[in-house]
Amino acid sequence: METSFAITGKGYVLVASDTTAARSIVKMKTDEDKIKVISPHLLMAYSGEPGDTIQFAEYVERNLRLFHIRNNYALRPSAAASWIRRSLAQSLRSRKPYSVNLMLGGFDVTTDTPHLYWVDYLGTMTEVPFGAHGYGAYFGLSLLDRYHNPEATLEEGIETLKRCINEVSKRLVVSPEKYKVKVVDKDGTREIEL
Amino acid sequence: MSIMEYNGGSVVAMVGKDCVAIASDLRLGNQALGISSNFQKIFPVTDRIFLGLPGLATDVTTLRETFRFRVNMYTIKEEREIEPETFAHLVSSTLYEPTGGFRPFIAATDLIGCLNFAKDFVVAGTASTKLYGTAEGLWEPDLDPEQLFETISQTMLNAVDRDAYSGWGVVVHVIEKDKVTTRTLKGRMD
Repeated sequence: METSFAITGKGYVLVASDTTAARSIVKMKTDEDKIKVISPHLLMAYSGEPGDTIQFAEYVERNLRLFHIRNNYALRPSAAASWIRRSLAQSLRSRKPYSVNLMLGGFDVTTDTPHLYWVDYLGTMTEVPFGAHGYGAYFGLSLLDRYHNPEATLEEGIETLKRCINEVSKRLVVSPEKYKVKVVDKDGTREIEL
Repeated sequence: MSIMEYNGGSVVAMVGKDCVAIASDLRLGNQALGISSNFQKIFPVTDRIFLGLPGLATDVTTLRETFRFRVNMYTIKEEREIEPETFAHLVSSTLYEPTGGFRPFIAATDLIGCLNFAKDFVVAGTASTKLYGTAEGLWEPDLDPEQLFETISQTMLNAVDRDAYSGWGVVVHVIEKDKVTTRTLKGRMD
């Protein structure tokens, strides 16, 4: 089943998502990138109803891009997260709501601080030091309660992330096999090989 | 499962002598799974009005934004701050709007409306039944701000310990005529 993790560290946010695209009990592909780079310092991991996820992610991506073009600066993570949350909250009360859960990892270049937002399909949003969606959350969150360190270096953060991924592989019946990991820091976003 | 219990959380408010206090827990959950231990449910509206909104977290955030907008519009149009009693009516009429998810929050309207009218205390949220018990036992009339702080803190801490959906820390605001004191309390983290 779909799983995503994200953790903050000293000056960065690590975002990890599995790469399976499944339909019912069948894995359709195992190299799907479910983390979008939606502005120079913002990453969004999305999961949920296939179709809704990509539609909503692209809607967000293009609106934030439009803002950037019009105003010549990108929204800060908190502002972008608020806008995205509002889109989901309004969608929830519409005829056909989006079923999309998100983890938003961003680096605020004005204050030099990393930010991570946990957002679900209802439009619930909260800023967290670490977060997870899907069945992996039941294993990952308790591990992160024990091992998360907001002052950890990137290397230490990756180690903690590996612990979560390994625990999910070990204990979850329907565990994903591969993950894509991206990081956002003062230099922008980039992908990391585990 | 009612949407009022989906995320969990509780709020209590009490009257003292020339002061009021409002307290909430800090948990945000997905049913039994805890997501955040720093989810604020009490929001400052003006310098001396605080609004507590336990309930479905998406509506908590949406309503908080709605009230901020409406109070700002009121302040600009009237060129003065909104009165607590007027604000209570604004809350009441906003929540009564037939926009689906807003209706369950009528309970919170009582909370705000009662801030002025109740002689003792009001409760709301998943721990409301427990809060009635502890508040009934601890509250007494004419408490000064420090006593009121102690009373509301013990009321909240002991009530949320008996509720799986509330807890993970407590925040208390004591509002007096000319100042507001905000304190974050340590609670059980299980």
